[in-house]
Amino acid sequence: MMKEPFKLVAVGTLGFWLIAFALLPNLLLVVASFLERGADEFLAFAFTLDSYRRLLDPLYLSVLLDSLYLAAMTTLLCLLLGYPFAYRLARTPARWRSLLLVLVIIPFWTSSLVRTYAMVIILQTHGLLNQVLLSLGLIAEPLELLYTEPAVIAGMVYALLPFMILPLYAALEKLDHRLVEAARDLGAGRVTIFRRILLPLTLPGIIAGSLLTFLPGLGMFYVADLLGGAKTLLVGNLIRDQFLSARDWPFGAAASVLLTVLMGLLLWAYALSSRRANQRALP
Amino acid sequence: MNLKRAAQWAYLLLIYGFLYAPILVLIVYSFNDSKYSLEWRGLTWQWYQNLFDDPDLLQVALNSALIATLSATVATVIGAMAAVALYRYEFFGKPLLNALIFVLMMTPDIVMGIALLILFASLSLPLGFWTLLLAHITFNIPFVVVTVLSRISGFDRHLLEAAKDLGATEFQTVRRVVLPLLSPAIIAGWLLSFTLSMDDVIVSFFVTGPTFEILPLKIYSMVRLGVTPEINALCTLMLGMTLTLILVAQGLLREKT
Repeated sequence: MMKEPFKLVAVGTLGFWLIAFALLPNLLLVVASFLERGADEFLAFAFTLDSYRRLLDPLYLSVLLDSLYLAAMTTLLCLLLGYPFAYRLARTPARWRSLLLVLVIIPFWTSSLVRTYAMVIILQTHGLLNQVLLSLGLIAEPLELLYTEPAVIAGMVYALLPFMILPLYAALEKLDHRLVEAARDLGAGRVTIFRRILLPLTLPGIIAGSLLTFLPGLGMFYVADLLGGAKTLLVGNLIRDQFLSARDWPFGAAASVLLTVLMGLLLWAYALSSRRANQRALP
Repeated sequence: MNLKRAAQWAYLLLIYGFLYAPILVLIVYSFNDSKYSLEWRGLTWQWYQNLFDDPDLLQVALNSALIATLSATVATVIGAMAAVALYRYEFFGKPLLNALIFVLMMTPDIVMGIALLILFASLSLPLGFWTLLLAHITFNIPFVVVTVLSRISGFDRHLLEAAKDLGATEFQTVRRVVLPLLSPAIIAGWLLSFTLSMDDVIVSFFVTGPTFEILPLKIYSMVRLGVTPEINALCTLMLGMTLTLILVAQGLLREKT
């Protein structure tokens, strides 16, 4: 009997909060995406599939595809840069490792807006990168680096790289390195070791890291704004504009539902792959 | 073999350089005595002075600190109690709560922002202080739960049984045994929540109104107008604060684990 009050309060508050501010808003989001645009209010209570139909409009479809492309490139670059890094980190001696790890955690928690702004300073026409390239004689005139697609990708990689490194590190640190050594002794080459041992055993980490870079990569509208100029580059910018300037809430909601469905699919892939990896890890 | 090791360390250094160089440049330029040029013209406090002389900016900074303090505190109370309950008890709906915490952590900020905006709009709540506070508490809760849960999972269940055998009530057990053991994780959870709240752009963008401005959104609108040394100084201050809080939080989480 004694434990009832605490349990009731703790579970009750959490349950109330999650239902009121996590479950309910998301349900409302789905409902809103099927409604019509209102004349005075933002939403009118009439069922329509119009918003979803409009997502297939070539104009919006191209934003969607561009955004998927940018997020995918970002994820791929983060993976290519992050994997060898996380592998090295997991193999450094313990006394160095905690310091090196904290150095990754710091940018993980610092404001990505501030870090995006730092990127603007570097990439400006009269910014540091151009100055360095000019003084090295590699270029004759300053390059237009800012407000280009590569700048946006660079900014997103910069903002999201720690989100890739940390899950990869977690997966690689758990990995029994004797497996790699055994494979090497048995004559396996690097490619084989990567393909047959590292890849399957660290797949959950790879997918987790990809989720944490890909999903925010679709939504970080301020990175596209500050580094890509005024063009609507990301689904994030599209959604924001529907709520801010275009005032088309149902359409913005439909685009968000699409993002959520995408997230669901990726999470499902993650659950599936981690179950497989666990099975393989057992004898 | 040594060459290979050197190459590996060089690679680590390169990535750290990529992660830290832009931040360092930002910090260095915040002290540069030159408004437009990149050339180093000597040390100055001018840009920091300008920030502190701006009453509007000070108000905005106070707003941010207020929201961060309140949201971190409420989220820590709810999240820490929830973590203890999730660890100790079985109850109806537990899988649903676990799933909601996970979904809340994984939801892209932009989706969370507009979902909350739609909720607030359908309740006809005016956007401003209260909506912002509710939103920040919401995204902070899962981080506190996860931080505290990871600490509890490591501790000895026998301690709780011993307390019970010695006649402690449930309330006494929580207050005298569970809380002291968990305090580093609880403080770390608070610090991380405070940081998240101070730095959030996307969710806040949707759920605050013109009556209540906060620092990240102010920085965002300033940066869109161009790069100035004052923004360098402001961003350096934000970085300094975040850095201090993270280091303290990491120190607390490492202790005795």
